[in-house]
Amino acid sequence: MSQSIPKIILLSLCVSLTLNCFGKEVNVYSYRKPHLIKPLFDKFTQNTGIEVNTVFAQKGMLERLRNEGRNSPADLIFTVDIGRISDFKEAGLTQPVNSDILLNNIPQNFRDPENYWFGLTSRARIIVVSKDRIRAGEEILSYEDLADPRWRGRVCTRQGKHPYMVALTASVIAEHGTDGAKNWLMGLKNNLARKPQGNDRAQVKAIFSGLCDVAVINHYYMAKMLVDEEQTEWANSVRIIFPNQMDRGTHMNVSGVSLTKYAPNPDAAIKLMEFLSSSEGQSLYAERNGEYPVKKGINPQDLVASWGGFKQDDLGLSRIARLRERAIRLADEVKYNE
Amino acid sequence: MRLGAWVSLCLSALLATPVLSIVFVALQPSGEVWSHLINTTLPGYVYNTIILSIGVGFIAVLLGTSTAWLVTMCSFPGVRYFNFLLLLPLAMPSYVVAYAYTDFLEYAGPLQTFLRHLCDWTHPTDYWFPDIRGLGGGIIVMSFVLYPYVYLLARAAFLEQSVNVLEVSRVLGRGVLGTFLKVSLPSARPAIVVGVSLVLMETLNDYGTVDFFAIPTMTFGLIDVWFGMNNVAGAAQIASSLLVFVILLIVIENFSRRRQRFYQQSSTRFSNLPNYQLKGWSAFFALATCLFPIIIGFIVPAVVLSVLSVKYFSVSWTSEFRILVANSLVLSMSASLIVLLIALFLAYCRRIYPDAMLSSIIKIASMGYAMPGAVLAIGILLPLGAFDNFIDSLSREWFGLSTGLIFSGTFFAVLFAYIVRFLTIAMGQIESSLGKISSSMDMASKALGYSSYRGFWRHHFPLIRGGAIVALIIVFVDCMKELPATLILRPFNFNTLAVHVYHYASDEMLGEAALGCMFIVAVGLLPVLLLSWMLTKSRKINDTV
Repeated sequence: MSQSIPKIILLSLCVSLTLNCFGKEVNVYSYRKPHLIKPLFDKFTQNTGIEVNTVFAQKGMLERLRNEGRNSPADLIFTVDIGRISDFKEAGLTQPVNSDILLNNIPQNFRDPENYWFGLTSRARIIVVSKDRIRAGEEILSYEDLADPRWRGRVCTRQGKHPYMVALTASVIAEHGTDGAKNWLMGLKNNLARKPQGNDRAQVKAIFSGLCDVAVINHYYMAKMLVDEEQTEWANSVRIIFPNQMDRGTHMNVSGVSLTKYAPNPDAAIKLMEFLSSSEGQSLYAERNGEYPVKKGINPQDLVASWGGFKQDDLGLSRIARLRERAIRLADEVKYNE
Repeated sequence: MRLGAWVSLCLSALLATPVLSIVFVALQPSGEVWSHLINTTLPGYVYNTIILSIGVGFIAVLLGTSTAWLVTMCSFPGVRYFNFLLLLPLAMPSYVVAYAYTDFLEYAGPLQTFLRHLCDWTHPTDYWFPDIRGLGGGIIVMSFVLYPYVYLLARAAFLEQSVNVLEVSRVLGRGVLGTFLKVSLPSARPAIVVGVSLVLMETLNDYGTVDFFAIPTMTFGLIDVWFGMNNVAGAAQIASSLLVFVILLIVIENFSRRRQRFYQQSSTRFSNLPNYQLKGWSAFFALATCLFPIIIGFIVPAVVLSVLSVKYFSVSWTSEFRILVANSLVLSMSASLIVLLIALFLAYCRRIYPDAMLSSIIKIASMGYAMPGAVLAIGILLPLGAFDNFIDSLSREWFGLSTGLIFSGTFFAVLFAYIVRFLTIAMGQIESSLGKISSSMDMASKALGYSSYRGFWRHHFPLIRGGAIVALIIVFVDCMKELPATLILRPFNFNTLAVHVYHYASDEMLGEAALGCMFIVAVGLLPVLLLSWMLTKSRKINDTV
């Protein structure tokens, strides 16, 4: 022990010094799974020669950044929903970026009004129904329909306090107020075929296997499942519905990026942000992950494009972020997960 | 006080900082989160936590103790192999077992699909099938993965038992079972208690399994409060109340055996333990008792994962894979060795300098194990960040130079987390072994002119080698499986097998994760087998003693 500790200290010192002194790199803290984003970083490195170092984690990144303070090596934060990225802004851990390229590429509703965060891709929270057991005529048309008693025992969702579910509940609060949303969530809970569990793929699998007939998922999971050898038949057993086309539109969320307050490599970091918002980056995103590009004029993946255009809910994402805690409390109050 | 006492005091204080940091965070105001929780979900959290703990603890003691006694004292077909086969579930991360069982047992899984074909059922309402995703499933998965803690410790205790006492019991007319219940079991109790408290702490700190099975426990609620409501103070308060629960358990246990002391003479342990020959039905029952936990805790999930690994081999077997294996191995080996050395040092210091302050600081430090890994990671980020930034600002002020972060975001942070998290495993094992060495040994060693330090290596260590090996095995395997703290604390571009598995499995891509799981198990197995063999050997007569 007496030997290894000094060695470790020395090693750590070297590592931190090289991290500090090395110019041609960007350091990324990511909530996004590495296999989804690594190909984009590789392309960036190939184009610019700038290395991208990543740490991926879903919990505790904010605390890590906060405790590392002004010496943090992190330049960029990547998240997969709006709530998380606005947490970083509120905690004062990020800084605004004034880049004309970013402002031109990313439409206003997909970025922070003060430029603290930028959406890079967007995803629709869609409803899927069983092709066999739900006829086209009796279809669900809106999120509100999910709470209709005629679907009792036929709906599957993931847990009520998962960020995707919370964001959806928040959008319902924005539309119907807290009490209206509570009634909706209660009605939805009463319609559940099983205790909320699993991720979005698992909901489709549950429809495929006959456990339930209706589920709520992010659209790109359909795209991924349709090309997965084992999961194709799950995906083929359901029909896609873009909800609320007659009124406010389908609920959307974003994956986004922020520049940290003490970023040691801000120039390289902004270059990476700009690359990801560029036509090349956006097409790559769309192709790899099946998400909707935020940049105008870039088409989604062919498969996703084949589902057609649809009306999107243009509720400001920062509004959803603010209603998040209330949405979680509602999930607790109706005991959604029990 | 002597130098050793001071060093041990400082070291244990250092190791206690993460736990104290969490308590410190818990003292910050958390808004009205508690009144919300009490009115809504808290009663459910508490209920689920208690039922889960009782269920897992009970089954783990039952399985661990009975199998340990059978393989140590009895002879029946296959007993030589059960020695280490019973350890196999230890190498399985419980969340992975949870994934595997869900895959196997759920409605769309092979078992139910087969049953439906067999009986012409077409719809879930046609028949009843237990839902693995729930409290019952959680109890079964966790107890069958965690019982090896009890098994290992109980077995080491049985191996160290004095033959004379067992013989006296037999001479006085007790049967095999009576000797087990009245003599073996009570004298192994300290070790069994250490084992079950490890099981319970592991149950309390688990997030992966309860999240996947949708069992709202305290830890589950804590993560909700932390990430959903973005309320670190509230989360730290829940973590601290979990600690209170653990402290209560320890106090009750210590109190219940306050008048008991078990020593044994070193010479007797080298004569052979009794070897009851089991025949007929009793042999069959012994065999079944040992086979059952292996099948549930290892073979079924291993088969599910193997099938998937073969199916997804081409996508999983990449060049990156070898690096992951090496990373996990090197990190876990160094961490487990460091943990063992620290545990030996602290346990021995506590023996020769009985000091209330040292004892209580060590107790605080070992609470790290009861904390969910993600919370412990925060407890490490806080002091390390503060220390690094303090040094940095001093250096900026004096030399105009920035030192940057020295420890945060390095391997040191990860190692530190492993040490704090798993110290209690090693400590428990070493102390229960050391406790069996009569204090006359220390005096004899002193009288022969040995210093405390040399006397330890010459006289105590050979006697507790079995226990030390056990400690090393468990800590190593636990490090291989560790996930939440590694995720948060690791340096850039650094992955372990557990992290790799998690990336895929949490995305319901069990196929891509399967090969990684199999490797964690395989890499974890090698040392388990090797050390189990050494453990059996430690009982054999040894020339050096």
